[in-house]
Amino acid sequence: MKVLVPVKRVVDYNVRVRPRPDGTGVDTAHAKMSMNPFDEIAMEEAMRLKEGGVVDEVVAVSIGSGDCQDTLRSALAFGADRALLLESDTTDFEPVVISRILAAVVAEEAPDLVIMGKQAIDDDCNQTAQMLAGRLGWGQGTFACRLEVQDGEARVTREVDGGTRTVALSLPAVVSTDLRLNEPRYLKLPNIMKAKKKPLDRRAVAELGVDLTARTRVVAVTAPPERGPGVRVASVEELLDRLKNEAQVI
Amino acid sequence: MTVLVIAEHDHHTLAEVTRRAVTAATALDGDVHVLVLGQDCAPAAQQAAALSGVAKVLVCDAPLYAHPLAESMARAVLARAGEYTALVAAASSQGKDLMPRVAAGLDVSQVSDITAIEAPDTFQRPIYAGNVLARVVCEEAIKVLTVRPTAFAPAADGGQAEVVAIPAGEDPGLSRHVDATMTRSERPDLGSARVVVSGGRGVGDEGGFALLAEVADALHAALGASRAAVDAGYMPNDCQVGQTGKVVAPELYIAAGISGAIQHWAGMKDSRVIVAINRDEEAPLMQVADYALVADLNQALPALRDGLKALAEKGA
Ligand SMILES: Cc1cc2nc3c(=O)[nH]c(=O)nc-3n(C[C@H](O)[C@H](O)[C@H](O)COP(=O)(O)OP(=O)(O)OC[C@H]3O[C@@H](n4cnc5c(N)ncnc54)[C@H](O)[C@@H]3O)c2cc1C
Ligand SMILES: Nc1ncnc2c1ncn2[C@@H]1O[C@H](COP(=O)(O)O)[C@@H](O)[C@H]1O
Repeated sequence: MKVLVPVKRVVDYNVRVRPRPDGTGVDTAHAKMSMNPFDEIAMEEAMRLKEGGVVDEVVAVSIGSGDCQDTLRSALAFGADRALLLESDTTDFEPVVISRILAAVVAEEAPDLVIMGKQAIDDDCNQTAQMLAGRLGWGQGTFACRLEVQDGEARVTREVDGGTRTVALSLPAVVSTDLRLNEPRYLKLPNIMKAKKKPLDRRAVAELGVDLTARTRVVAVTAPPERGPGVRVASVEELLDRLKNEAQVI
Repeated sequence: MTVLVIAEHDHHTLAEVTRRAVTAATALDGDVHVLVLGQDCAPAAQQAAALSGVAKVLVCDAPLYAHPLAESMARAVLARAGEYTALVAAASSQGKDLMPRVAAGLDVSQVSDITAIEAPDTFQRPIYAGNVLARVVCEEAIKVLTVRPTAFAPAADGGQAEVVAIPAGEDPGLSRHVDATMTRSERPDLGSARVVVSGGRGVGDEGGFALLAEVADALHAALGASRAAVDAGYMPNDCQVGQTGKVVAPELYIAAGISGAIQHWAGMKDSRVIVAINRDEEAPLMQVADYALVADLNQALPALRDGLKALAEKGA
């Protein structure tokens, strides 16, 4: 069985980004970049399936600039067998475009399962996995906190409002990860060294012949409104008094 | 322009998030229709028809929709999509699961988690955990949108829409419901509660959370949590407030033992009044809270509970 794991290069979750003063975009020039945390969880899950003997091959794929090689090397250090970079100067494709590109990759690679993040922490879209599944006509197990693969089926327990739901999907299928699916491993130096020698294939996105246009675009970005300064209260009594008489919320 | 809102319900009761999605839909100009997919879901359909601003309710009542499976639901939505200029759902776990699949079926982009509608094609949405607000223009012929429930008021009753039954679609045969485990709570719903009391790692142990629950009870509040508290097993996962959990915007948000990581802040910063209780005065949330109390929770929580009870007795 083969698993495809799409991984996105994003601004590290510890970095607090700000809009550029002219509102044309977000200032990420010197920001630390990392693999999207949900994609690390997807990589970890793919590796556990491989280590459990369910999966023979794990392929990581990233779409973006040449810098995404770093992200793919991390995926290889997790243990992916090979990696594919679909290179483009555009690094902010809409999810619908990413889903077209990934569908083309799926057509070539024919994986049995795609495991990917539920959400990229930069655009916060939470769309690509569902779009890919819809486009391929496959089942989708989104926001997974548990995944079991057996008898040609993926059993996915999903985190939903109010609890969890478990679905059984016929394979091939797309699974998107939630935070509690697993705890990604710490990448050890020998694995990072080994990853440097693993195959990383680079191709231009344009070669795939998919439509790269989207009719949705971000026209301006701004900082959210600042909240006014708060006050320090000295005691629980003062807090209650202020909540009652000043803020009038209790 | 006619807009279709995809309803969320448990077959009997229309979800409040759908009332809020209807409010957003009415801001798009044009008639608003609501699609109810369910089994024995006539009560939910009636509630949708009674919402002010709704012109028509389409009901598809079939065993296929006994559980909200995106594969079947997307098909049903796509079968009707051509009659509409916008398809709208709440950015709830159901809406997030369903709508991108619909968008892919139409090969259009989706605008997720809209917090304001500036024009029928121009929206505001937060990105980067709410550190940045993006203005997005969507020029698709059919717009697929999810709206952040806390950013829109619930639609009031007072409508009298016609209810039309429509036939069920085919089962795509891709997925099967196995089971569901829903946490039952007597407390107000986290997404719409007037007051939310949240605990973090600092609340420490389950004893601490029992105390926090007493504070919540005294305020008729919903209980929330940081991710660290959920990870530690103190609270169920659907209580997680934040960038990747629930977004809340109550009148009063009390954060106890929560440091205030940006991912948590993203989920509660639109609360009207924010209280932080932490023994570390340097914690990020203590810098931005409206009221910050430097205290150990082991003392502060019992005092808060007792003080609230005393206030309630005085008021009664
Ligand atoms: C991809 C990703 C997504 C995430 N999404 C979310 C999300 O949606 N929601 C979320 O909350 N987090 C999220 N996180 C995690 C987030 O980064 C923080 O790790 C988390 O919010 C910290 O939780 P905390 O404040 O409870 O714990 P800590 O940061 O450990 O803070 C505990 C606080 O309690 C105080 N404290 C301890 N003991 C006491 C005491 N006795 N009395 C008073 N105060 C005390 C401490 O001073 C400290 O400030 C996400 C992280 C990642 C990587
Ligand atoms: N440029 C990209 N390259 C590889 N995978 C991506 C890319 N963009 C999005 N994805 C995948 O899609 C998931 C969801 O992203 P989004 O829908 O943008 O929130 C991510 O967690 C990745 O797994």
